[in-house]
Amino acid sequence: MDHLMIAGRTFRSRLMVGTGKFSSNAAMVAAMEGSECEIVTVALRRVDVDNPHDSILAHIDREKYLLLPNTSGARDAEEAVRLARLARAAGCEPWVKLEVTPDPFYLLPDPIETLKAAEILVKDGFVVLPYINADPVLAKRLQEAGTATVMPLGAPIGTNKGVRTRDSIAIIIEQAIVPVVVDAGLGAPSHAAEAMEMGADAVLVNTALAVARDPGAMGMAFKKGVEAGREGYLAGLGRQQDRAEASSPLTGFLGS
Amino acid sequence: MPFQQTLDSYNLAEVEARIVAKRPADVEAALHAAHLGLEEFMALLSPAAAGYLEPMAQRAHRLTMQRFGKTILMYAPLYLSNECTNGCRYCGFNAHNEVPRRTLTLDEIEAEATVLADRGFRHLLLVTGEAPKAADNAYLVAAVERIRSLFSSMSIEVYPMDEPGYRRMIGAGIDGLTLYQETYDRGLYAEMHPFGKKRDFDFRLRAPEHAAAAGMRRIGIGALLGLGKFRVEAFCTGLHALHLARHFWRTHLTVSFPRMRPADGGFQPLNPVSDRDFVQLICALRLLLPDVGLVLSTRESAKLRDNLLPLGITQMSAGSCTSPGGYAEKDESGRQFIIDDDRSAAEVDAMLRSRGYDPVWKDWDTAFHG
Repeated sequence: MDHLMIAGRTFRSRLMVGTGKFSSNAAMVAAMEGSECEIVTVALRRVDVDNPHDSILAHIDREKYLLLPNTSGARDAEEAVRLARLARAAGCEPWVKLEVTPDPFYLLPDPIETLKAAEILVKDGFVVLPYINADPVLAKRLQEAGTATVMPLGAPIGTNKGVRTRDSIAIIIEQAIVPVVVDAGLGAPSHAAEAMEMGADAVLVNTALAVARDPGAMGMAFKKGVEAGREGYLAGLGRQQDRAEASSPLTGFLGS
Repeated sequence: MPFQQTLDSYNLAEVEARIVAKRPADVEAALHAAHLGLEEFMALLSPAAAGYLEPMAQRAHRLTMQRFGKTILMYAPLYLSNECTNGCRYCGFNAHNEVPRRTLTLDEIEAEATVLADRGFRHLLLVTGEAPKAADNAYLVAAVERIRSLFSSMSIEVYPMDEPGYRRMIGAGIDGLTLYQETYDRGLYAEMHPFGKKRDFDFRLRAPEHAAAAGMRRIGIGALLGLGKFRVEAFCTGLHALHLARHFWRTHLTVSFPRMRPADGGFQPLNPVSDRDFVQLICALRLLLPDVGLVLSTRESAKLRDNLLPLGITQMSAGSCTSPGGYAEKDESGRQFIIDDDRSAAEVDAMLRSRGYDPVWKDWDTAFHG
């Protein structure tokens, strides 16, 4: 079976789902169920991790989903590290989706603070999944620091524009020794399929599900997009025709 | 994860069978792939790809133009010592061979280095056998310090070391390592290296990783062609390069394809590699590794070197002598092997220019060492 493996843990699904922006908890649960995801990320700033009756947490079946707390809202490494430690102290598993986004407009990740926080959290025993711009060198610096994945953005969060950073993501996929999860910007199942066809190990989707007329059906559609893309990648895509071959022979000296 | 684990996860007989099973359709698909995976690489190494040498060469040429332009880095080997305690069956320095043995003094090294510097060389490769009593780390450091001011970049092709050993070399001013595994086939390796420290396959295999971890800027790998089956050796070389590139991404890699030459001792290649096979192998490696430097030494004939030039070569030696003291004294007894391209450095420079290539003599600066 073709499974996703992160930090020694195996997942059948290659689709991760975010929990922000849903019109209701019922819509959120419908999206999660439709997508058949196994990893669900939750913004620590939105939930009361100490309270089992918290409105979001109470709707996430922890037997079924790995709850992946994220540090969204953190403006620097220090804030992100503090949030992650609080979540672990409250009983969450030591997994964290590291987001350091000081820019409140496009919510673009700060590469310097992200790397700093990753180094601290890895040493602290966390399984760190960092959200980054599609920067291949940063991806390598993070995997060197010991992160469990890298999560380059396809386009700024919430834009639904698809894989706009395609060329850089292709380099990250080519060079990475940890799973590559394309996170942010995927607005349609075809975008998810495109990322998976390129060889991404997984994708994370939130806004596209949250704002859909029918989040459950959209969750299912993304599931199919991810699976189609993955299967296409594994099956070996047909190649686009390269340009015509030049005429002056380079191997004429070999004789026939 | 050390490369040894990756290599050991392959059964080389199965690898060969998989390569041989590739069909022309696989080759065509590989020729049009944006990035080559291992399956595509196998296809290009297959017997089926022999019918596609021209399109492979064209693509290798285009890729090399795109990534490197029409430039060739010039370097020269400087043999410091031919004393050796190893028994490599194919090598002219084999401890059993009765060749005049010699380890250059620091004055002799400087005399040799001055000849090469006067010829214009700024990239130097220091070569020794493996004889800890004659040429050890301290000897290498002293040699480097003596001639450092004459060159921009100095590499070593000597016995494998551990990480502290390579740190010491880097501290002295070495920025490059060349270390051929000879063969990636453990069984054959054991046969070829009946005694001496070099018998330790795993230590040799690990050494490029030790060097990279120590911060070595440039690392060159390769298999000695003529020992194992070339398709399998080329596959393993590609696998090795990919591993190093992924795990030590700051390191600049080069790959060489030394084809066995007649050497004192009379060893005959077990699996001779024809010119056609050689071209196929060079092109396949270029297509797998678009950014890796490909090195062609004077082991090959002048005519063949000129013809191989456009296929992906980025680095060449010229006017080489493979015996210690051979440059200053013009005495070639005690050589490791007989070179085939005996043109002078100036002649190779002129040939490159006449073909529209820019011979690059200096592509590094000692200022980087601080």
